[in-house]
Amino acid sequence: MNVAAAPMGASPHPGSFAAGFAWSFSRDLKLSVRHPGETMLVIAFFVLVASLFPLGVGAEPQLLQRIGPGVIWVCALLAAFLSLPGMFASDYADGSLEQMTLSPLPMPGWASGKIAAHWVATGLPLTVLSPLLGLQYGLTADTLLALACALAIGTPVLSLLGAACTALALGARGGGMLLALLALPLFVPVLVFGAGAAEAQASGLSAAPHLSILGAGLILAVMGLPPAVCAAVRIAMD
Amino acid sequence: MNWFFFASPSTFYRLAGRMAPWFFALAAVLGAAGLYVGLVVAPTDAQQGEVYRIIFIHVPASWMSMFIYFVMACYGAVSLTFNTRLAAMMARALAPTGAMFTFVALWTGSFWGRPTWGTYWVWDARITSELVLLFLYFGFIALANAFEDPRRGDRAAALLALIGLVNLPIIYFSVLWWNTLHQGSSVKLTGSTMHIAMLWGMLLMAFSFWMYSIGASLTRVRAIILDRERRTHWVRGLAT
Repeated sequence: MNVAAAPMGASPHPGSFAAGFAWSFSRDLKLSVRHPGETMLVIAFFVLVASLFPLGVGAEPQLLQRIGPGVIWVCALLAAFLSLPGMFASDYADGSLEQMTLSPLPMPGWASGKIAAHWVATGLPLTVLSPLLGLQYGLTADTLLALACALAIGTPVLSLLGAACTALALGARGGGMLLALLALPLFVPVLVFGAGAAEAQASGLSAAPHLSILGAGLILAVMGLPPAVCAAVRIAMD
Repeated sequence: MNWFFFASPSTFYRLAGRMAPWFFALAAVLGAAGLYVGLVVAPTDAQQGEVYRIIFIHVPASWMSMFIYFVMACYGAVSLTFNTRLAAMMARALAPTGAMFTFVALWTGSFWGRPTWGTYWVWDARITSELVLLFLYFGFIALANAFEDPRRGDRAAALLALIGLVNLPIIYFSVLWWNTLHQGSSVKLTGSTMHIAMLWGMLLMAFSFWMYSIGASLTRVRAIILDRERRTHWVRGLAT
């Protein structure tokens, strides 16, 4: 990919975290805007799988209302998972990742920028689209709001965890299946609390406790995972 | 004394070979004692009858499943920080034993659940997180073997073990945090709520499993050392 032509460190403080973040964030975002197909595929997958469930389990409104939040969460999780290899794999294959590692931009900066761009290109559209799918499942307005909030907090955690897993699996044999074995178990807590938030709201309780725990998870992930992603990229570059 | 003397695979190979039989013997003695206390001495449980005796396998196995993961992650951390080969090999050697104990914990748990809860499986927080632990072990083993260069697999798997460490407190505290079907723990540092013979049976079995894990991982690490160092002089010397 030839977007590496964008000048590195164009911001006033070259070599700072913010410069690295801004550079790779705008680069990856530009890439996904110019190749909108990938984001479209993720969204299409999300909507398609979510619409398979009513066909499979039967279209009784009460049943759909009951399983809606969980199904939408699982679909969002799988859509986010399937978009993971795009984050590092193509850059690794054509050598840009190595160039970035050698560049003066600090690695935590540009790695975080890549993760943020991945979330904007996948997690954010999934979050925005989830109320529409929720309507198809007959969820109430409160539940829709809780679902969207949970996805807004939860999908960044998925992007962060997924980034660490894809970086670990760079150049490994067994590609997609290996990535599933690494990433999906780590996604489980996010799924439990994310779907729990919407289900608590649907059954008349407050979604706040689940959202708080998700938020705490997000803070932990933001602090802890970028260093892990950097370590994994360094291991891959050895 | 040189602390790093046994960090060399060739010296550790011999040491492990000498120590492993002792650990296996200890495991057998402790296991026989534990089974005797558990199956003969310990009284029948007032609520659950004889079924509760699965506890003597179930609880030690689940303790070991978490403890081995912790030790494995520690070896991973040592191998990443000091870049030592032997620590990474030990982490690899521990993973199958840990996965085995996780599986045993789940399996015995489901056999215990059938007569007492009326179901083989519930999607309870502790059971689900134990299942996640099993997949973390599988992920570790798969990632460690997914690269041409074994050192690359060592490092990647060590980092994965460290990331997965977050799951351990979730399993351990799940019965406190969520009020679900799985009963709370009866053994605490401040004292236990069970009969003394039951407690002894469980502790003996736990120590037996622990010794078995050490023996098994030492034996397995010998195989890994031989495989990695097969082109060196000393390994060739062993064959002749």
